[in-house]
Amino acid sequence: MGIPDKAIQEADINRWASGMEEFMEDRETILEIKHLQTSFLTSSGKVKAVRDVSFSLKKGEVLGIVGESGSGKTVTSLSVIRLLAGTGVIEGGEILFDGKDLAKVSMKEMRTIRGDRIAMVFQDPMTSLNPLIPVGKQITEMIEEHNRGMSKAQLKEEALKLLKLVHIPEAEKRFSSYPHEFSGGMRQRVMIAIALACKPDILIADEPTTALDVTIQDQILKLLNQLREEMDMSIIFITHDLGVVAEVCDRVVVMYGGRIMEEGPVEAIFERPSHPYTQGLMASVPDISLDKNVRLVSIPGSPPDMLNPPAGCPFVLRCAYGRNICNAKVPPVTEIGEGHCSYCWLLTPEAPKENNPYK
Amino acid sequence: MGRYIAKRIGMSVVTLFVLICLTFAMMHAIPGGPFTSDRNVTEAVQQALNEKYHLNDPVIVQFGNYIKDLLHGDLGMSYQYQGKSVNDFIVDGFPVSGKLGLVTTIFVLLASIPMGIVAALKNGRWQDMLVMVIATLGVTIPSFVIATMLMYLFSYKLGWLPTFGISSWKSFILPMVAMGGYSLAFLARLMRSSLLEVMGQDYIRTARSKGISEFKTITRHALRNALIPVITVLGPTIANLVTGSFVIESIFAMPGLGVHYVTSINNRDYSTIMGVTIFYATFLIAIVFIVDLFYCLIDPRIRYE
Repeated sequence: MGIPDKAIQEADINRWASGMEEFMEDRETILEIKHLQTSFLTSSGKVKAVRDVSFSLKKGEVLGIVGESGSGKTVTSLSVIRLLAGTGVIEGGEILFDGKDLAKVSMKEMRTIRGDRIAMVFQDPMTSLNPLIPVGKQITEMIEEHNRGMSKAQLKEEALKLLKLVHIPEAEKRFSSYPHEFSGGMRQRVMIAIALACKPDILIADEPTTALDVTIQDQILKLLNQLREEMDMSIIFITHDLGVVAEVCDRVVVMYGGRIMEEGPVEAIFERPSHPYTQGLMASVPDISLDKNVRLVSIPGSPPDMLNPPAGCPFVLRCAYGRNICNAKVPPVTEIGEGHCSYCWLLTPEAPKENNPYK
Repeated sequence: MGRYIAKRIGMSVVTLFVLICLTFAMMHAIPGGPFTSDRNVTEAVQQALNEKYHLNDPVIVQFGNYIKDLLHGDLGMSYQYQGKSVNDFIVDGFPVSGKLGLVTTIFVLLASIPMGIVAALKNGRWQDMLVMVIATLGVTIPSFVIATMLMYLFSYKLGWLPTFGISSWKSFILPMVAMGGYSLAFLARLMRSSLLEVMGQDYIRTARSKGISEFKTITRHALRNALIPVITVLGPTIANLVTGSFVIESIFAMPGLGVHYVTSINNRDYSTIMGVTIFYATFLIAIVFIVDLFYCLIDPRIRYE
């Protein structure tokens, strides 16, 4: 399997240098998602975007959710913060946070959690800020909402601290600037400042660097890494960029077709990807040292139709090892290593040996 | 800002001048003249009249004389009504048209924007349907039909409101509704579609992710953004309503300015045609200018240099 060497090295260095793994062991779980099911009711039927997704997030941990477009990674995070568009509904499962099931709390209660305890940074910084309101005010709005009774001067002081925290130069001057006076990277910093305003327990970052160019991307990732350590918060990092995963995440959940394919510590996923889909993803990472005439590797086929998803493993139609059982039944979980799980029939003890790379 | 205003005023003067030239040329291109009416007058009388009013001079000379008078603020004497100047028409008629227009503008704004907001927020539900039905009727039914129906119902059947004149504030209610119908429907639809679009924007999702209430999300983040396209069309709408409507003023027998727009052309009342056109154009240019200035108050991305 063509696993990108560079990515592994980076992941290894990041993780082993900080000894994060043992550190994580005895940390408490802050968010636990159990059997989450989210669908969108459309005129052509029910789009089952998230089907039976379960994972947990520990305090101080960075959890990556990886998958291609339409895999349900964004919908999962929007379900947590209950920001699904009008037609989206959580049909089942539990989202346990702070002793409450977020899937069931009232909108009023959810609003006290949103922003204050769980905050979100979105993909496109160019459109995520209100163009008519100075950025300073967009930050203070968040603080004010969750800390009633702060004076105007205190609010401004807090906002300035945040702007400095995310390395906005001349924060004092920038406080009253409008979003259009900022570049994309600066706007994303402002978005991060807003998200951090109430020192949330969990930060959900939905492809925060996808819309930015690579140098800015690197700055934003470094910033998030630094802030995570300073503020001791948990991050759910949604991305389709495996390089980014290697750089910032402790643990990874690989999603496809609304289901979890594989889950585990970042080094295990990069070293021993054990689901054919994960292996395909790893193989698709371009290698800069390759001859430019070599065609890039891709997984053949296209994602399943979520209106009528396959009854079994959603990846079956594109999987080189797909067989009848994969199509008929959802694969059970197989534990491969410490905290490393995969959902594939090939890994089960009963799986036949022929055309099976794992036996 | 000061330079921008000066530039805009300069451009307005040029616009106005071009407009005067075109109107003057077209007016003289229409066959006939102020004194070729259905009344039978002899050739000699006709000639004498034309002579008296300098209508036999070359058009360019007439134009020069007109501009000279115009620069003195004199719009000339009416060719149709003896002893009446065009300035008189405007001084007499505009207060009536202006008052009706102002009341109508306020009515339209106070009704259409809330209607659009309700329709957008209740998208797809009965409130939305109701507003859309009203809006479609308002756009499709001509104002004179609305006026007639209103008169039938509120004046003839119920006897609540007068059918004509400007005797009391009650006289303004029916013309206001009839004249505002179209603008109201148009603005309500525009407000609805604009707010619907804004509600789907990313920054609305950001606002919601902050945990602020839906009410604050709408009032602080959505409405101001949604109003921008509405303000764009507000300039011409206000100018239209305030300068008077021929149809509505005729139906309700209101002595406004609107009547002169049409009758002066039929009568080839040259000075009146020019006068009311210039007045209307100046008013329109001024209102659009003011609306443009309002723009930069609401939208920081717009800066005039």
